[in-house]
Amino acid sequence: MPALISVSDLHVHLGESHVLQGVSFEVPEGGVTALLGRNGVGKTTTLRALMGLVPRRGRVTLAGAELTRLPTHRIVQRGVGYVPEDRDVFAGLSVDENLRIAERNGSPRYELVYELFPELKTRGAQKAGTLSGGQQQMVAIARALLNENSVLLVDEPTKGLAPLLVTEVAAALERAAELATVLLVEQNLAVVARVAQQVVVLDGGRVVHAGGAKELLGDPERVRALLGVHGGGH
Amino acid sequence: MSTFILLTITGLGLGAMYFLIASGLSLIYGLMGVLNFAHGAFLTVGAYATWWTSTHVGGGPGTKLLVGAIVGLAVGALLAALVELVLIRPLYERHIEQVLVTVGLALVLSALVEAIWGFDARQFPVPDWLIDTTTIFGANIPNDRFLEIATAVLVFLGLTAFLRYTRYGLIVRAGVENRAMVTALGIDVRKSFTLVFAIGGLAAALAGVLSGVYFGAVDPGRGTSLLIFAFIVVVIGGFGSIGGTAIAAVVVGLVQQYANYYASSGLGDLAVVLLLALVLLARPGGLAPKVAH
Repeated sequence: MPALISVSDLHVHLGESHVLQGVSFEVPEGGVTALLGRNGVGKTTTLRALMGLVPRRGRVTLAGAELTRLPTHRIVQRGVGYVPEDRDVFAGLSVDENLRIAERNGSPRYELVYELFPELKTRGAQKAGTLSGGQQQMVAIARALLNENSVLLVDEPTKGLAPLLVTEVAAALERAAELATVLLVEQNLAVVARVAQQVVVLDGGRVVHAGGAKELLGDPERVRALLGVHGGGH
Repeated sequence: MSTFILLTITGLGLGAMYFLIASGLSLIYGLMGVLNFAHGAFLTVGAYATWWTSTHVGGGPGTKLLVGAIVGLAVGALLAALVELVLIRPLYERHIEQVLVTVGLALVLSALVEAIWGFDARQFPVPDWLIDTTTIFGANIPNDRFLEIATAVLVFLGLTAFLRYTRYGLIVRAGVENRAMVTALGIDVRKSFTLVFAIGGLAAALAGVLSGVYFGAVDPGRGTSLLIFAFIVVVIGGFGSIGGTAIAAVVVGLVQQYANYYASSGLGDLAVVLLLALVLLARPGGLAPKVAH
């Protein structure tokens, strides 16, 4: 499969810390690529760097076009949707307003969003700050799905969610992957096993493994060595 | 009773001016994190543009004031937009540099006004009907107080409608909460920065016009002296909150007037500072912290 996103020698310094130390990997077009690694290895920072939300050095291309010099809003306008860690919904805005502000063109996909998350329709007037964590995650994912994006960068969408909601979010990710290429940061290996075809593993600010999801998750020793957890999820 | 009514309406008139300056300050800080010490200079420049224009057009004081005010408001808005584009934009997230630049700009603009038109106060064109009084429950209220209050109410309603019903308003409200996330939705938030600066400059210039009517004259230090109270209003009201700013402006204007009369002349300013301290102790984020509404 041809690479849709190509990341080459990406460096990020946050204060005194050299968080990304030359990260390089490729994301093939279509499906889900999971970005894995222990806590604090730079997964979230990688997504934020791709979005231009932190100062970075290196090269990032989307379908061959250089993104590194573009400001965040221009990167998004190239068809990149972003679901941040901790959701970042606008607490003082209603659910409807949270979705409305995400509209980028004249034909937002409300049908799709409400099909995946019918609750958002009934809670349209409710302030997003009063929603549960799971409902806020639905808003965050819905904002990214509202527009026709070629890429979705999704950061720990199941973090802190009850098991039932994890299943719902995983189903939404599967549906999202039918519409766009997904780069997913996820700690829940069961979700990774369900939705991802490719994995990239970070450690110490560098890529230490890249390959098929099944191959890695089917090798418990490797999972333990790379991620410090017991593999599985099948 | 009549004294109390006079003090109340005069306090509301003063509060109206504080609101006009503070609303722009509050939105600018809430959205951009910029403490704009040059905001008072927008008021001064707007007031002087109004006065200067009024001396160059014919007609009675009413026409002079109206034409002058239109020019003054346009100058205030344009100056603010220009300051944002040229001086503030290259310095986003560099808060110390922003403070230095806006303080420097305030000094420069004030000195420029003094250099061109001198230190003396310039008389404002105020039509007689604004100087006349209306008797309410025995109190003779100068009519300009009603103009100030009505203008501030209209600006409050206009800003509220802008924030609630327009896309830019939605962006500003979201940006006050989380600017980075707004850009991550594909929105060039910098356009909103310029717009908010222009709105703030226009409101400050409007305060300049009304302060000229209120005091009957304009002087180079007017903006700076009103800015101090506007900052207090913003801190009490909560940065980024138009509703909180409106309530705080009314409270500060009234407290100042009551304290000056019932306690001792000159004690009004001290009473306002005490009020600020009390609010900060009870609610450190102000009355309505960090949400534009």
